[in-house]
Amino acid sequence: MADILQILYTIVPAALIASTPLLLTALGGLFSERSGVVNIGLEGLMVMGAFSGIVGTLFFESIGFGFASPWMGMLAAIILGAVFSLFHAVASITLKADQIVSGVALNFLALGLSVFIVREVFDRGQTDAISARLFRIDVPFLSEIPVIGPMFFSRIYATTFLAFIVVAIVWYVIFKTPFGLRLRSVGEHPMAADTMGIKVTRMRYIGVMLSGALGGLGGAIFAITTAGNFSAGTIVGQGFMALAALIFGKWHPVGAMGAAVFFGFAQALSISAQQIPGLAEIPQVYMLILPYVLTILALAGFVGKAEPPKALNQTD
Amino acid sequence: MKNLLTSRWFGLFIPLIAIGFGFFAGALIMLISGNNPVTGYVALVEGVFGDLYYFGETLQQMIPLIFSGIAVAFAFRTGLLNIGVEGQLIVGWFAAVIVGISIEAPLMIHLPLAILGGAIAGALWGFVPGLLKARLQVHEVIVTIMMNYIAMHVANALIRAYFQESGQRTAFIHDSASLASEFLAEITNFSRLHWGFFLAVLACVLMWFLLWKTKLGFELRSVGHNRQASAYAGMNVNTNIIMSMSISGGFAGVGGAMLGLGTFEYAEILSSFTDYGFDGIAVALLGASNAIGIFFSSFLFGGLQQGANNMQGQANVAPELADIIIALIIFFVASSYLIRWIYSRLQSKKEGK
Amino acid sequence: MWQTEGKSIILITHKLKEIMQVCDRCTVIRRGRGVGTVDVADTSENKLAEMMVGREVSFAVEKETAVPKETVLSIKDLQVEDTRKVDVVNGLNLDVRAGEIVGVAGVDGNGQTELVEAMTGLRLVKAGSVTVSEQDITHYKPRKVTEAGVGHIPEDRHKHGMVMAFTVAENMLLQTYYQFPYTKKGILNYPNIYEKAKALIQEYDVRTPNEKTPARSLSGGNQQKMIIAREVNRSPDMLIAAQPTRGLDVGAIEFIHGKLVEERDKGHAVLLVSLELDEILNLSDRIAVIYEGTIVDIVKADETDEKELGLLMAGGKREAGEGQR
Repeated sequence: MADILQILYTIVPAALIASTPLLLTALGGLFSERSGVVNIGLEGLMVMGAFSGIVGTLFFESIGFGFASPWMGMLAAIILGAVFSLFHAVASITLKADQIVSGVALNFLALGLSVFIVREVFDRGQTDAISARLFRIDVPFLSEIPVIGPMFFSRIYATTFLAFIVVAIVWYVIFKTPFGLRLRSVGEHPMAADTMGIKVTRMRYIGVMLSGALGGLGGAIFAITTAGNFSAGTIVGQGFMALAALIFGKWHPVGAMGAAVFFGFAQALSISAQQIPGLAEIPQVYMLILPYVLTILALAGFVGKAEPPKALNQTD
Repeated sequence: MKNLLTSRWFGLFIPLIAIGFGFFAGALIMLISGNNPVTGYVALVEGVFGDLYYFGETLQQMIPLIFSGIAVAFAFRTGLLNIGVEGQLIVGWFAAVIVGISIEAPLMIHLPLAILGGAIAGALWGFVPGLLKARLQVHEVIVTIMMNYIAMHVANALIRAYFQESGQRTAFIHDSASLASEFLAEITNFSRLHWGFFLAVLACVLMWFLLWKTKLGFELRSVGHNRQASAYAGMNVNTNIIMSMSISGGFAGVGGAMLGLGTFEYAEILSSFTDYGFDGIAVALLGASNAIGIFFSSFLFGGLQQGANNMQGQANVAPELADIIIALIIFFVASSYLIRWIYSRLQSKKEGK
Repeated sequence: MWQTEGKSIILITHKLKEIMQVCDRCTVIRRGRGVGTVDVADTSENKLAEMMVGREVSFAVEKETAVPKETVLSIKDLQVEDTRKVDVVNGLNLDVRAGEIVGVAGVDGNGQTELVEAMTGLRLVKAGSVTVSEQDITHYKPRKVTEAGVGHIPEDRHKHGMVMAFTVAENMLLQTYYQFPYTKKGILNYPNIYEKAKALIQEYDVRTPNEKTPARSLSGGNQQKMIIAREVNRSPDMLIAAQPTRGLDVGAIEFIHGKLVEERDKGHAVLLVSLELDEILNLSDRIAVIYEGTIVDIVKADETDEKELGLLMAGGKREAGEGQR
C-alpha cells in the first residue's frame, strides 16, 4: 500500500505536469474548432510559443527581470502565438484556403521560421538554456493534506494550476456567455448565425487567435518547464496530441481536460513504468501508442461518438 | 476579351505565381536577417546544379518525395486527405528492410519481394483509416495523424526488440534486395542516387494511367467529386474509399521501401518523423495532384532541401529558409483565391483605362 | 396580413400563380437584368411568362391518347424510413403500365423523394416490394436497378444526377462506363466514349462546345438534357422522372416534356413525380395523389382538374366533395 502511494506521489504530479501544455493547447484548439475552423496548426502554434517563450525569457533575464522572466516569456508567447495564428486565419477564413492545408503550411512555417531565427541569432540549431526556471512548489496548507496533498499539491508548477483554472474559464465563456453562444452558432450553422447578425468572419478570427494565444502559452510552458531551451526537437507532436485530446474530449473543455490528463498519465507511465511492479513487463511501446489508439477508438465511436462542430472545414 | 481566370492555363499559372511569391518572401527574409539574397540564391542554385554530386543527391531526394506526393494526390482525387503518408512510408520502409534482411533469394525475386513488402505494409496502414472512413464515417485526417505516431513507435519498438544491429539501426539489407547503383553513383560523383529514381518515374506514369485510363480511376475520381452521384450511378462508394486509401498507402509504402532499399539500405530507430510524408502534401498541392506536376514539384522541393545545405556553407544562410519558402509556397497555392483576386483586380483596372 | 400592418413585403418566386394571387406589383428579371415592372392587375400569367423567357410560350403539351399495355412497375405495400427513422412511405401501392405516364402529385415532403430513392436502390426498403418487368428489384443496389431496365432522372441534378467536374462525355456515360465497348478489361476506351457522347449531344440537342467540356460550364437546361440523354437513351422499360424540369427555362421544359411523351409512345412506362400541378396535369395519363406516404387516390388526367387534385393532396377524400374543407 505504502509502495503504491509512493509511486502515485511520483506519477500523479508528473502526469499533471505533462498534461499542462496539452490541456492549454487543446483549449485553444477548442475555440478555433468551435468557431468552425479546423486547426491542424496547433503543433506549429506550440512551436512558435516554445520559441518565443524561451527567447522571451532569455531576453528578460538579460535585462534583469530575474525570476519574473519566464512569466514575461509566457506573456510574449501568448502575444506571438495569437499574432502568428493570423497566418492560418487569413488563409483559411479570408482567402478561403483549405483549412487543413493551411494548418499544414502553418506547421512548416513555424518550425522553419523559428529555427531559422535561432540559427541566425545563436549561430547554432538551439538557443542557450534559460537560467530563470520555474520551480516546482508545494502549495501552502493544501500540500499538508494526507494522500491528496502529496499527490496533487506537492512539487508542482504554478502553471499547472493555471491550466486548470483556464479550463473553468473556458467552460464558462463557451457555455455561459453570449460570446460563447455566438462562437458556437458560427461553428454549427454559419449561415443562420450570419442572418442573425453575428459577424461570422470576426468570430472565426477571434476563435483562431485565441487558439494561437493558448497554443503559444502551451508551447512556452512545455519549453520553460520541461525542455529549458528551444530547438527543432523541442515540440515533436505535442500539438497533434493536443488535437487528439480535443477530439477525444469531444470538443468540450472538461472532456479535453480529462483527455489531456489521461494522455499525461500515459506519458508519465511510459517513462516510469519500469519502476512499477506489474507494469515493468508491459513493453513501453504500448504506453507510447495508447493515446493515439484511444483517439482512433473514440472517433470510431467505441468510446462514445465524437461529433465535431458541423461547419468544420467548410471553406465557404 | 479572353479571361485567363477561366482558361486552362490558369492551373499552371497559380503554382508558378506561388513559387514566385515564395522565393520573393524568402529574399525579403534574407534581407531582414542581414543576408544578401543574391548570394543566398546563387548558393542555393549552385547547391543543386553546381556539382554532379549535388545534382545526384537532388534526384535522390526526389524519389521519396515523388512517392509521397503521389500518395497524397491519389487519395485527394478521391476526395480524401491522407495526412498519414508519413506513417505509411515508415512502415513501408521498415517492412521492405525486414524482407531485405531476413530472406535470401536471387535479385530478380528478392528485390521485387522487398518492394512488395513495403507496398503491402503501407497499403495496410492506409486501409485502416479507409475502412473507418467508409464504415463509420470517421474523419480520415485525424485517424491518419494518429496512425503516423503508431507507425513510428511500433516500427521503433520492433527494431529495438528484434532487429537492432549497431547503434540505432538494423543490419544492412542483402545486396540481392538493394536498389543501389554503382553506375548511377559513378556518373553523379558518388551520390546516393539509385535505381529507385526510375521506379519513381514509372510510378508517376502508373498513377496517371490508373486515374485517367481505367474503370477504377473513373470511379475513384467520380467518388472524389460527388459521392451521391457516384452512388446513383451504381458505384460502391465505400469500396472506392477503402481502395483509394489502400492504394495511396501502397504508394507511400513503396516510397519508404526506396529509402530502405536504395538510399540507406537499412532501417533506423526514428527519434522524429522523416517529414517526407508531410512534404508529400506540399508536393501534391503544388503539383495540382497531377503526375507531371508532382514530378516537377518534387524536383523543386528536393532541390530546395538539397540546395539549402550549400546555402549554409557558402552564404551562411540557415538551411531552414528552404522550409520557410516551402511553407509559403503551400500557403500561396492554397490561397489561390488571393491570386485570382489580385489578377481580376489588375484586369478590371486595365479595362477601366 | 402583414400588409395591413403597413409592412413592405418582397416575394421572390418562379410560380406565376403565387404572383397573380398575392402581389400588387411584379418585377421580372432575366439573366441578372430587370426586364420590367408591371402592376399585377394589368397582366396575366402568359404575359409574365413571355417577359420571363423573351418569346411567346405555350404551356400545353400535345400528345395522343395513351394506349397502355402490360403492367411494368408494381409497388406493393412499400414502407420506407427517412434519415430520421420516421416512416415516410407508408404502405404505398402503385402500378404503372407500359405506354402510359403516371404522375405522382403531392405537396412537397409527403414521401415522394424517399419513394423514388427506395425504388432506385438509393434508400433501404423497410417492407413491401417493388417489381419491374416481373423482376423483384426491392433490395437491389442502384446498379442492378439500372440494369433491370430502370432509368432515373433525379430530382436534384447537381447532387445526384451529374458530376460537375467531369466532362459532358463522362457524365453521359455515367451509368454505362463499365460496359463494353466503353471499358475493355478494366481499361477505359475513350475513343468509344467520345463517339457515343457526340452522338447523344447531337440527338438530344445539348448545347456544349464539345464533348470534352466540363459539365459544370453548361447551363441548367443543357445539364438536364445531358442527364435525360443518358437515361432515356438506354431505352429503359421504366423511366422515373423526378421533377425533371425544376428551375429550367421554358424552352428546355418543352423539349423535356416532348421526350417523356416520346418514351411513352415507344411503349415504355413513365413515372413522373412533380410538385408542379400544371406539369402533372399536362403530361400524365393517370395521376396518383400521394399524401403522408400513401397513394390516396388515382384519377384520370382528363377527368380531373387542379381544384380536385389540390383537395386530394391536402388529404381530402374525393367522395367527400368540396364542401368538407
